Amino acid sequence: MPAVKANVKEFELKLGPATREAFGKALVEVGRKNPNVVTLDADLSKSTYTAGFAKEFPDRFVECGIAESNMIAIAAGLASGGKIPFASSFSVFAMNKGFEQLRVTAAFPNVNLKVVGTHSGISIGEDGPSQMSIEDLSLACSLAGFTVLCPADENAMIQLMHAAVDHVGPMFIRAGRAKAAVIYDATQRFTIGKAITLVEGTDVTLMATGLMLAESIRAAQTLATEGISARVVDMHTIRPLDRDAIADAARATGAIVVSEEHLVDAGLGVRVAQVVSETKPVPMEFVGIHNTYAESGTPEEILDKYGLVARDVVAAARKVLARKGN
Amino acid sequence: MLHISDPAELADIAKRMRRTALEMITEAKSGHPGGSLSVTEIVVTLFMNVMRHDPANPKWADRDRFILSKGHCCPMLYAVMAECGYCPKETLNTLRKLGSIYQGHPDVRFLPSLEASTGSLGQGVSLALGMGLAAKMDGNPARTYVVLGDGELQEGQIWEAAMFGGFHRVDNVVAIVDWNRIQLDGFVKDILDLEPLADKWRSFGWHVIEVDGHSISGLQRAFIEATGTRGKPSCILAHTIKGKGVSFMENQPKYHGTAPSKEELALALKELA
Repeated sequence: MPAVKANVKEFELKLGPATREAFGKALVEVGRKNPNVVTLDADLSKSTYTAGFAKEFPDRFVECGIAESNMIAIAAGLASGGKIPFASSFSVFAMNKGFEQLRVTAAFPNVNLKVVGTHSGISIGEDGPSQMSIEDLSLACSLAGFTVLCPADENAMIQLMHAAVDHVGPMFIRAGRAKAAVIYDATQRFTIGKAITLVEGTDVTLMATGLMLAESIRAAQTLATEGISARVVDMHTIRPLDRDAIADAARATGAIVVSEEHLVDAGLGVRVAQVVSETKPVPMEFVGIHNTYAESGTPEEILDKYGLVARDVVAAARKVLARKGN
Repeated sequence: MLHISDPAELADIAKRMRRTALEMITEAKSGHPGGSLSVTEIVVTLFMNVMRHDPANPKWADRDRFILSKGHCCPMLYAVMAECGYCPKETLNTLRKLGSIYQGHPDVRFLPSLEASTGSLGQGVSLALGMGLAAKMDGNPARTYVVLGDGELQEGQIWEAAMFGGFHRVDNVVAIVDWNRIQLDGFVKDILDLEPLADKWRSFGWHVIEVDGHSISGLQRAFIEATGTRGKPSCILAHTIKGKGVSFMENQPKYHGTAPSKEELALALKELA
């Protein structure tokens, strides 16, 4: 598949809808397409954007109240009854409070349940760290057999939601609260497990997922002004990882930076590093949250303070380039 | 479809199932005899008499579902399912051994005619409610039966599910509590008491039926009452005896999770002859 743009400068990165909003929109679309799609929520339907589905399909919407553990296991029961349940809450509640249920009632028996965590990462802003999910990718990847998706913008979410309905098996889909920069147009096609190269480059690869993808594009734009050619890759599927895309990036550029709005100890970066070490070892750097919980503030302030903006990706790229070839 | 309604015949089957389950656990050298013996009549009455199901067509869309939420008592479930024809009797004694379809706790990967993988306590009512909701959405007459341990009711998720089931009037779900009053560490009343248990379920919006869980005819009446109850899910509180049928196991916390020795098995089989 050719790169999405010939030149990184072509990305305008105008703000578009949040991926949670795109999820709500896509949910109605897939609900219209497939009568077996049902949705569950735990008293957050106005925030997770499942309210639109609830309005159009009241008989296929299950309001569970503030009881996430029960919600997940009910969803598993619905899946056993032939439904395609989307169970949604803030990611931190769905994954942490529902983890044991996801393990025993969904992962272990390989049930066709989709859990959608909105308000992931730290970009939720003012609500603070009790509502921030910085370990959800790690938890989801700890569930054997789970497919794990983290779309970066509206079109990515919509496309991947359609793919999710057609995919049989348990799945976690990560969504954000903040408005997401527009990266893709509606013609872009997505395949679960296939990374997308946004722009080609030869000196370094910037891999990212979710909202860090736009920051990586911005970083590539900055690096281009310094004559550094960066390949940018969207890892929208955290599991199964696109091993070929990772190995190819390692061979072609010889250095990789992985960026994610997640604890660096346990998310995308370490998983990519595992593949790099198994295929073509090259220097790597990691942008993410380092062994801490964030705090209240505007999303912009928090992302800046905790090192999740383009500046940090640029710094990591310089660092990895300095190590390259040593 | 199986339908044996004669209580005497069902009691004979129950006795035989007790022998089978104890042989399985003895051969495995580990397992949970006490609860397997207390739940016997409940499982036998459901599978042999009450539930609409077809072992020749285990994925029949309209079948009634059974979930053993207290998954550790699966030797009895396996014995009864094998008796029904879902799975082979000859290999029941491979329980808990490598490669066996008879896993230490119910596992749909190995025995696809099971409705759920269980073993982590507290999740069965939620699962049953999900299956019940799916049936209601489809206008399917299937009912879902979920068997709980009494110790299991200490899990918080049970009460999340109880609240949901009562509020949403999921009346095609029946929960049966195997109320044998003993858990691993001792007597339930000493560890974390459940009383007043009937009031708890009633206050959560369930139709409560109390019954002697070893009386087949009592259970038959309770299931008829539960099935006929509209607008509320039902909870059958089945008063049982842990280790029922084997004198030295009855009401002994030790036999919650201790396999009998060969000598103990011989004595038990004599009592269950």
